[in-house]
Amino acid sequence: MTRSVRRTRRTLKPAGVAAVALMALSACSSSDSSTDRADKPAPKLSGTVTVLAAASLKESFTALGGEFEKQHPGTEVSFSFGGSDSLAANITGGAPADVFAAASPKTMAIVTDRKETAGTPATFVRNRLEIATVPGNPHKLSSLKDLTRSGLKVVLCDRTVPCGAAAQKALTAGKVKLTPVSYEQDVKGALTKVELKEADAAVVYKTDVKAAHGKVAGVEFPESADAVNDYPIALLKDAPNAEAAKAFIALVRSAEGQRVLSGAGFLKP
Amino acid sequence: MTPLDEPGAAAGPRTRRPGHLRAGTGGRRGVPLPLLLPGLLALAFLLLPLLALLVRAPWRSLPEELTSMEVWQALELSLVTATAATAVCLVLGVPLAWLLARTDFPGRGLVRALVTLPLVLPPVVGGVALLLALGRNGVIGKWLDSWFGITLPFTTAGVVVAEAFVALPFLVISVEGTLRAADPRYEEAATTLGASRFTAFRRVTLPLIAPGVAAGAVLAWARALGEFGATITFAGNFPGRTQTMPLAVYLALQNDPEAAVSLSLVLLTVSIAVLAGLRDRWTTTS
Repeated sequence: MTRSVRRTRRTLKPAGVAAVALMALSACSSSDSSTDRADKPAPKLSGTVTVLAAASLKESFTALGGEFEKQHPGTEVSFSFGGSDSLAANITGGAPADVFAAASPKTMAIVTDRKETAGTPATFVRNRLEIATVPGNPHKLSSLKDLTRSGLKVVLCDRTVPCGAAAQKALTAGKVKLTPVSYEQDVKGALTKVELKEADAAVVYKTDVKAAHGKVAGVEFPESADAVNDYPIALLKDAPNAEAAKAFIALVRSAEGQRVLSGAGFLKP
Repeated sequence: MTPLDEPGAAAGPRTRRPGHLRAGTGGRRGVPLPLLLPGLLALAFLLLPLLALLVRAPWRSLPEELTSMEVWQALELSLVTATAATAVCLVLGVPLAWLLARTDFPGRGLVRALVTLPLVLPPVVGGVALLLALGRNGVIGKWLDSWFGITLPFTTAGVVVAEAFVALPFLVISVEGTLRAADPRYEEAATTLGASRFTAFRRVTLPLIAPGVAAGAVLAWARALGEFGATITFAGNFPGRTQTMPLAVYLALQNDPEAAVSLSLVLLTVSIAVLAGLRDRWTTTS
């Protein structure tokens, strides 16, 4: 076990250096770099790419993973979706992974502060808040202010998770004082409460409303412009499969990847 | 730290030796190695993570972590709800255990299996199930809301319901086991002497199985105290109303791991103190 790890470490060093250089290059270049990969003699990719990604990326990344495996036969993309914070904790705790895609710069910073990434993380999409409410919007909600109406049960994400931090930012920007019935542990929790009609509204991301497939209705509100969340993606320093990982990041940032992500409700970076 | 061995189930009026790790009474003193090694390994496995918590605890910042209002709010709520949930479990669980142990009805085995289901159900799923049953739009909750104006989600009562739901099986199983081990002839003797079945239960059976009931109650209380998944799913998370200690710990872990460790220590200390206090109480009364 340890011996094989050491061997991969040794081979990884040059790969890591190359990765840093490439990341630096790709970070400088504009976003149209990766679509013309076909006419470069790319090395044959193989093996498993392990991607840790924020839960909100589940649908789009799963689709992109399938696309990647089609483009590079012999590769396999294995995902672990979860709260950005716990994924960051996994990485700093030494979990072997190639790519980390977080739902906020703050959670990415947990990893970069520990020098666990190769190069600078790049923002690949942005996400905007929406009010999720019961289908048909029976409460006629149209702004954050409407959520303060008495008798209305509103849930927010807890301040400690990205969607909650963003909601607080929007509330502050709109000078709205809102007391919810619950500060949920993650977006899914907040959404479930509305889906089951236990809460009348929740402040979640546009992509979450989309992913609920009509079980909730989305209401856009102006203050959400003040709390747009950037999603950074980065190659990890000790990536066991750096070459394939870089190719996956390139796919995410390519026009095709952006199309899939826009389809899920994300905004362009 | 004293190893918290499980309170003995049926404790007759025998003299107990003080909690000494001495195997075998009289006869051969030797402890067989195949038992000793795995046993010590198990003990280490249980205690080392807790020791790690102690070693890595932010002792310096502990005082200021613990003076925040939210911590005490969460702790108080935890203790109150866990105790209330245990009371609910006792009132409902002991009769159910008696029915399972002392009556014969078709499908009893199935009922017993169903009672244990919440034990294997992921707590979050339990929480969703509770929402579907007792939520504002739930199968029963709808009527509760329209007839009595009672809504359980997002209330302290909801926390108690969630905790009781996961803790009840512990109590039922442990009391039922005690009842099966208890000699039914005492009750029969009482009924032949003219006591009604309920009187026999109250005056004969209950005192007989009291230690088992107490053990079950402690298990249920400990389980309720640590309950996270069902609580946050059914009752949500609002400081002072539904934010119990495990919820506070989990959310602190998201952005301040040190605070989470401090909170965990508080919970650990309180539960050890309570359990140790209870154990002393029982070992002296018999």
